[in-house]
Order: sequence, then C-alpha cells, then structure tokens
Amino acid sequence: MLTLRNVDIHYGRVHAVRRVSLHVAPGEIVALIGANGAGKTTLLSAISGVERVSGGEIEFDGKRIEAEKPERIVRLGLSHVPERRLVFGPLSVADNLLLGAYTKFRRREVAADLDEIYAMFPVLRERRDQQAAALSGGEQQMLAIGRALMARPRCLLLDEPGMGLAPQVCKEIFRHVSTLRRDKGLTVLLVEQNAKSALAVADRGYVLETGRVLLSGTSEELLANHDVRRAYLGREKDN
Amino acid sequence: MFAGAPQYLVSGLTQGAAYGLIGLGFTMIFNTTGIINFAQGEFVMLGGMLSVCLLGAGLPLPLAIVLACLATAAIGGLMERLAIRPIAGAPAVNAVIITIGVSILLRGGAMLAFGKDTHALPAFSGTAPILALGAAIQPQSLWVLAVTLALLAALKLFFTATIQGKAMLACSCQKKAASLVGISVARMALLSFAISGLIGATAGAILAPITMTAYDVGMMLGLKGFAACILGGLGNPFGAAAGGLVLGVLESFGAGFIASGYKDAFAFVVLLLLLFVKPSGLFGKAGVERV
Repeated sequence: MLTLRNVDIHYGRVHAVRRVSLHVAPGEIVALIGANGAGKTTLLSAISGVERVSGGEIEFDGKRIEAEKPERIVRLGLSHVPERRLVFGPLSVADNLLLGAYTKFRRREVAADLDEIYAMFPVLRERRDQQAAALSGGEQQMLAIGRALMARPRCLLLDEPGMGLAPQVCKEIFRHVSTLRRDKGLTVLLVEQNAKSALAVADRGYVLETGRVLLSGTSEELLANHDVRRAYLGREKDN
Repeated sequence: MFAGAPQYLVSGLTQGAAYGLIGLGFTMIFNTTGIINFAQGEFVMLGGMLSVCLLGAGLPLPLAIVLACLATAAIGGLMERLAIRPIAGAPAVNAVIITIGVSILLRGGAMLAFGKDTHALPAFSGTAPILALGAAIQPQSLWVLAVTLALLAALKLFFTATIQGKAMLACSCQKKAASLVGISVARMALLSFAISGLIGATAGAILAPITMTAYDVGMMLGLKGFAACILGGLGNPFGAAAGGLVLGVLESFGAGFIASGYKDAFAFVVLLLLLFVKPSGLFGKAGVERV
C-alpha cells in the first residue's frame, strides 16, 4: 500500500534521511523505531508531503506521491497525525474534528463520522465545545487522531502518539490503534521512541539510526534481537 | 468647554470605524500569513479613487462602489499571487518589504491613472445633518457606522459558521496541521488578501464623502489602521475594530480640546505609550498552550 524506495531527505544542510526503503502492506501496523534525531519524523513528514524528498520514490496505492502537496495526499486517503499533536488550540473540539473532514463536504457523511469519533472517544463528546488548547495531553492526542480519521483515511501515519503521556493513557491510545486496524482494516505506520510499546502493537518494525534503516523484521524478531534490546529496550528490561 | 464633546465623539467614532476596518484588513492577512501588509492603506485609497472614477464614467453610485470594492479585492488577490507567493518560504520580513514595494507601485499607478487632484464622493444620502444629543450628525457618519457593523457581523459569521472561515482560523494557529487535514494554505493566503482588499476598499469608499480622497491618502490611513490593530492586539480582528474606535475618538478629542494641529500625533503617541505599558494590546491576551 505504501512503498518507499531509496528516499533521501535533506533538512537544510543536514542529510536527515539516507536511502531509506520500506513498505507497508494493506492492513498492517508497522512501527518505525529509533532514537531522537534518527529521522523518523522527517520521514513521515515527507510521506505526507510537508517535507520534500531530495531523492527516491514514495508510492501510495500505486501512485507516486513524493512531489504532491499535502492537501492532495490527504485526498488520496493518507492522513498524518503529527508529532506534538498540533491541534487547532483556539478552536473548539468540534471544529477541530470538522476541519478534519475539510476534504469531505457531504454533510451527512461528516455527521455520521463525527458520531463515530465521539463513540470511540467519549471524552471528546463531553468537551466538544471547549477550546482544544484546554484539553489534557491525552485528550489532545485523541483529538488529533480523531481529526485525522475524519478524512476517512485508508492509511494513517502516527507520529509519537505516546509522547508526554502517562503510561496508562499511552496504553489506551495504542489499544485504539489496534481496534482501528481490526474493525476498519486501517493501515498504520507508527513512529515511536518507546520501542517496547510500539512493537507490542505492530506486526513488523524498522529500526532507524542516523537516517538509515539499520534493521527490519517482525516485531517478535526485533524484540528478541540483541542489538535492539541493548539499544532501545534497556530501560524496560531493568524493570 | 465640553460643549463640543458630543460632536467630537461622533466624528471620532466615524473616523475610528474606518480605522478599525483598515486595522481589520491588517489582521486578516497577518493571521493567515504572518505578514504585515503595508499596501493595506493603498487598498483604502483604491476603494475611494476607483469609486470616484467609476462614478465619473457614468455608473450609479452604489454600483460604482460595489465594483470598486470587488476590483480592489481582485487586486489584493493578484498581489498575493504575483508578489507574495513566489517568495513563499522566505522570512516574513522579506514579504513585508515587498508589500511596501507594492504600496509604492499602487500609489504611483493611481497618480498616473487618476491624477493628483483630490476628489470627493457624494454623500450616500444627502448632507442635511441630523441634530441629536447636542451634535450635528452627518448622515454619512451613520452610513460609516452601519457598514462597519455589517462587515463585522459578516466576518463573525464567516469565522464561526463557515468551513472556509474555520479553515482560515486553523491556518492562522497551526499551518502544518492545516495542510495535513487538506487545507491549501496558499489558497487561504490568497483569500485573506482578497478579503483585506475588500474590507480596505469598503473603508475607503464610505469614508471618501467625509474626508475626500486622493492618490496619496493611503499612507496615513494605512498607518492609522496599523495603529488601530496594534492597539487592539495584533491578530485579534475584533480587537482591531475596537482599537480603531478608541483611536478615532482619542484623535478627535485631542484635536478638539488640545490642538487640531497635533491630530495625527495623538494616535501615534497613544500607540507608543501602549506598546511600552501593554505590548499585547488593549484586547490582546497571552496565549495558553498545554503540552
């Protein structure tokens, strides 16, 4: 469904991503793990069109998208939940969700989708008239995911959904990701620094280090891999 | 000594409403693009001058004004497309300097096209003053206030009840996320320039019967409008409108009670004082952000 071939990205003068190739099959959850600054966020931004690649190809559903604008890529069915959530702070929760459906103007469909998001995250329904900036971090994450889902994507890019959240809230978010795949067949490319919780929900994973793919494999393989354990799971092992 | 107060208040509110509209134009563009558009005053001038010109060509007054405002909106849109978008990604200050260039171009073009004469537009419904509360109110003052209120209401509706208005707000607070939900940030910038052109031109057209218009009125009106939007807190459209009213009244009282020669100075002295004491503006508030 989503294929990257030899993607290079320069961030100013920094060569942030070096010849990265990866693929995500329909209905898969794939995790992209790696330390801070490994190029994970840059890579997701290039897929959704916010960042430009300096080389390589990105293909979504058989179409080359590396030169498309973000607003076009959303319409193709690929939504990106950005790092730090980036909700529209001064706008109400309901307006945030409504703007998620900016590409869908058919009113009835939007209302039904809105109900579905509220059913999934009841706290958003309770707070629909509040400013998004007044929500807690976990609620903002739910809102950001809900906003992305309002565009009815077939593939979701999730950037650090657990960042800054309490472990319990983080778990809940990941549970929703699994549910979305199970119920809707949603394909997910997930970026996380917390390798353990990401691999727990993902089918496969790629380990990124200083812009390169270091390792890839099924979640079980990566969890069992000596290097991965040492580099990314060390702290969890002590617990 | 205070006998003139009601009169000063009325003329201050009238002038202030126009400042508020001009300030509103600054705010619209600043919110979506982060640019201070110094050609805003020229939009005001074009509204007045094009109305005069079209009226002279034989069109009825209402049609002349509507066409002038639409033409200025188109010029605003063109300005974004031809002068601002090509340097997308450059620092905002570069774009601001370009807007100064565009303002000089528009002013020069207007001088060549319309000449250097000062023109007046006829008042919309006569000049017989209405006497009320010790002031002689020009019917045109009522027009200015009514049109300002109507525009404010329309904008309020645009921002709270239409998806495009909300999309524009989304662009102003979070550009990256806006493009990720499918909003074209470039198109919103174009729209904001066009709306600013429309608002500025409207201010110019309704003010022209009172203060007259010429190719170079845009400079001072633009500065006053800028002062109004700083006074109201940059980025807050309705604050800008309120800032304009405050500014207009201060100016009018200052001119009436102290010295009319310093009329223009009052606005800027107040602006400087405010910037020292409360830089976020009268109606500005510190942003809240939770992580």
